[in-house]
Amino acid sequence: MTAAVSVHNATKTFGAFTALNDVSLDIKAGEFIVLLGPSGCGKTTLLSILGGFQSPTRGKVMIGGKDMTSVPPAKRPTTTMFQDYALFPHMKLRDNVGFGLRMRGVARAQRDEKALGFLDLVGLKSSADKKPHELSGGQRQRVALARALAVDPDVLLLDEPLGALDLKLRRQMQDELKAIQKRVGTTFVHVTHDQEEAMAIADRIVVMNQGRIEDFGPPADIYMRPRSVFSAGFMGEVNFIPGQVKSVDAASALVETAVGSIALPITSFTASVLVSSQRVVLCIRPEHFRRAGEADDPVVPLGEAKVTGSAFFGTHYRCHLKPAKAPDLSIVAHMPQSAAVADGQIVPLAVSLADIVALPQSRN
Amino acid sequence: MRDMMTRIASYAYAGLIYGFIFLPVAVLVLFSFQDGRLPVPPFNGFSLQWYEAVFADRKLMAALGNSFIVAIVSSLIACLLGFLAAYALARYKLPGSALQRGLLIAPMTVSYLIIALGLLTVLNTFGIRLSLWTVGIGHVVINLPLCFAIIYSSMGDHHINIERAARDLSASDIKVMVLVTAPMLMPSILAAFFLSVTFSWDEFIIAFLLSRFDVTLPVEIWSLLRSGLNPKTNAIGSLVFLVSVAVLAVLELTLFGRTKKS
Amino acid sequence: MSTITLEDTERRKAWGFVAPALLWTIAFFVLPFLFMAAMSLWSRESGQIVRAWNLDNYIAFFAKDSLFKGLMNSLEITLIVTVLSVLLAYPLAWIIAERVPKRFQRLALIMAVLPFWTSYVVRSYSWLLVLSKNGVINQTLMTLGVVAEPLEIASNRTATVIGFVHFFVMLLTLTIYANLIQLSPNYRRAAADLGANGLQTFWHVILPLTLPGIMTGAFLTFVLCIGDYVTPQILGGNNELVLPQIVMLQLGRRADFPMAAALSIILMLAVTAAYVLCARWLKIERA
Repeated sequence: MTAAVSVHNATKTFGAFTALNDVSLDIKAGEFIVLLGPSGCGKTTLLSILGGFQSPTRGKVMIGGKDMTSVPPAKRPTTTMFQDYALFPHMKLRDNVGFGLRMRGVARAQRDEKALGFLDLVGLKSSADKKPHELSGGQRQRVALARALAVDPDVLLLDEPLGALDLKLRRQMQDELKAIQKRVGTTFVHVTHDQEEAMAIADRIVVMNQGRIEDFGPPADIYMRPRSVFSAGFMGEVNFIPGQVKSVDAASALVETAVGSIALPITSFTASVLVSSQRVVLCIRPEHFRRAGEADDPVVPLGEAKVTGSAFFGTHYRCHLKPAKAPDLSIVAHMPQSAAVADGQIVPLAVSLADIVALPQSRN
Repeated sequence: MRDMMTRIASYAYAGLIYGFIFLPVAVLVLFSFQDGRLPVPPFNGFSLQWYEAVFADRKLMAALGNSFIVAIVSSLIACLLGFLAAYALARYKLPGSALQRGLLIAPMTVSYLIIALGLLTVLNTFGIRLSLWTVGIGHVVINLPLCFAIIYSSMGDHHINIERAARDLSASDIKVMVLVTAPMLMPSILAAFFLSVTFSWDEFIIAFLLSRFDVTLPVEIWSLLRSGLNPKTNAIGSLVFLVSVAVLAVLELTLFGRTKKS
Repeated sequence: MSTITLEDTERRKAWGFVAPALLWTIAFFVLPFLFMAAMSLWSRESGQIVRAWNLDNYIAFFAKDSLFKGLMNSLEITLIVTVLSVLLAYPLAWIIAERVPKRFQRLALIMAVLPFWTSYVVRSYSWLLVLSKNGVINQTLMTLGVVAEPLEIASNRTATVIGFVHFFVMLLTLTIYANLIQLSPNYRRAAADLGANGLQTFWHVILPLTLPGIMTGAFLTFVLCIGDYVTPQILGGNNELVLPQIVMLQLGRRADFPMAAALSIILMLAVTAAYVLCARWLKIERA
């Protein structure tokens, strides 16, 4: 089963601290949503409000079209998978997984059968009679998933479930989570602070900061077309080049920067309505820089730049550059493996027009 | 060489103290088998007559049963109330929780005599008859702080999410407690229970002041003492001691030995 | 806004869970105690309890030598017992923790507290068997020809102290042992590494670290000892009554509840004073 979730103007305060600030969000049934942000951004609070462990100070939570704002966890069509797995230490795996069914009055034989089915789904059928302390971290994580899914929830809430696993296991579990979500079709809302994990599993990512939603969209959009400076910075390395809008017309705007004036299409401005003389920052990802003359699509030349340092990263060289026009600016750019860059080398720098995103200078 | 000396001194000291600790118990048990009317040297020979006298003593046997009932029932109540209070105070944010904790622990710092006297004055004033029930009430008062403290201190924060998970899977509060919290805390609940059974079983002054016709074992033994040194007192004392030790050994070997491993 | 949030319902439930214990404690401990405190301000005249508020009982306590002496006896005996018990128990706990091989420690400890499992009343009675005029000690000494006449060692303060020390040595061995084994062996190694000898290590490192445990045990000893009626009643004879005995006398022979209440309040004040003195070492906290 699956259900849509929507949050209307949810605010949560703890004394003077605002954990969640007027958050609204619409999640479609069957989506894999990731709440992404640094610790303290409000993502866990939002998840708790969805799960019913906390109620919002103001605002509403709808699940499957019904108001769930003050419904306790037990009566919600949600289940939560906890960061520390929270397996019942004194119960065998089959009893852990069957617990929710037991609470719903399902007879022993039936719930055993169903529990075994879900243990099978996560590849632990043969360990059904073990107790949690006999398992490895990754295995416990799977049992927690099976237990949460066994009651057929409409929405599964995952609170940093992969946080305790080492990197390799983490990547493997991400793939499994994604595959299992596809199979069961339940709406997943997953909290993490790892942007790579978010991109690997999400249908859509909600980027949060200081209790607000900064950005919401599919991973590629968030990465390539971020709608806030925070979001651009959190999703990966990015160069910010400050500038000022000189003139605006229906299709484009002229932005003056330290590396020259650039005519950007209106579509580059992802966040807000444009006004003349507005201060903006141009966001350019390191891998979007080209050496002038290499690219096929229309490029903006940014003048020559001097390599001040470089390191080989396997897939690319990561270089620090100083543009000739703006020696105060330090730019990070990725150069291809074959580039053979050296310190002190002068390279002609350019970037595809379509890869530039312009955002209003952030408040902070 | 010096090490050798301190080693010998250590064992000699330990031997002396163990001797001191065991001397009265050894004398008690030995002279419970005295073939004669006085439980003091010389030892006249081995006899079970005083044990027969104990088992033939209706009042003693009744007191034994009373003690057992009072200990079990008052400990069950103390454990139950202590567990519920510990659960509420460890898991929910309640106003004045520090004060509540202090209040629940408070009887532990007051002499049993004062607790008994307080209850006695109230019971007298309201004309409530003294009985095993009033003794039991007093024993819950002294054991509740103990049960609460033991169980509360074992309710770690790492159990919170486990209980949340159970609630999330639709378990009611009662079911969370019965199926999840209590089993997780079983070692400390059992410890609290057995400790309070022991305390209630052995308690004298409250039982003495708050009972009238039906009395517990320590009170019955107290009235035996009026007859001075008497091998029958030795016999009932030894009996209680040996049975307690046997129960202790069984618990140690089964329950606590097992929980320690896992 | 008066909407009922999840937290509200949760809190209401929590009150339901804590209420039985709180009510029990209030009904059967706090209120009786307050009632008794009030009664200590009443008096008993010609067999009737008179609800006239005054401090007569407290004044009488300080005026009448027989009553005041009871408190002094209690304090003296309790202090002697506490100090003796700590001094005797600490070495034993140390020997069990340090000298006894690890796998026998639990057994050694269980043995050290085994007589706990005799009934409290019987334990004092057993000392009577040992100490009385025709008891084990006197008969042994006389048989050996050490003394001609039996020694007077029962029915006096010495006997009471022996009975108490016997009980509290067991208790303190347990608490001090628990304290000693919690110490990391690295403290000792570090002290030795820095050039301290065994005695210096003990004095400067081990003893200060176990002081909180000792004080907790000592406080417990104080509280239990000063409030006990059984041991002095069986072993102490009738010459030097302690406060609990005097309280029981008021109850029994004279049925003077107000006086008994006043004496109990004084007993409690003594315990409170002891608590204040030891408070800085006593910490009862959630682990």
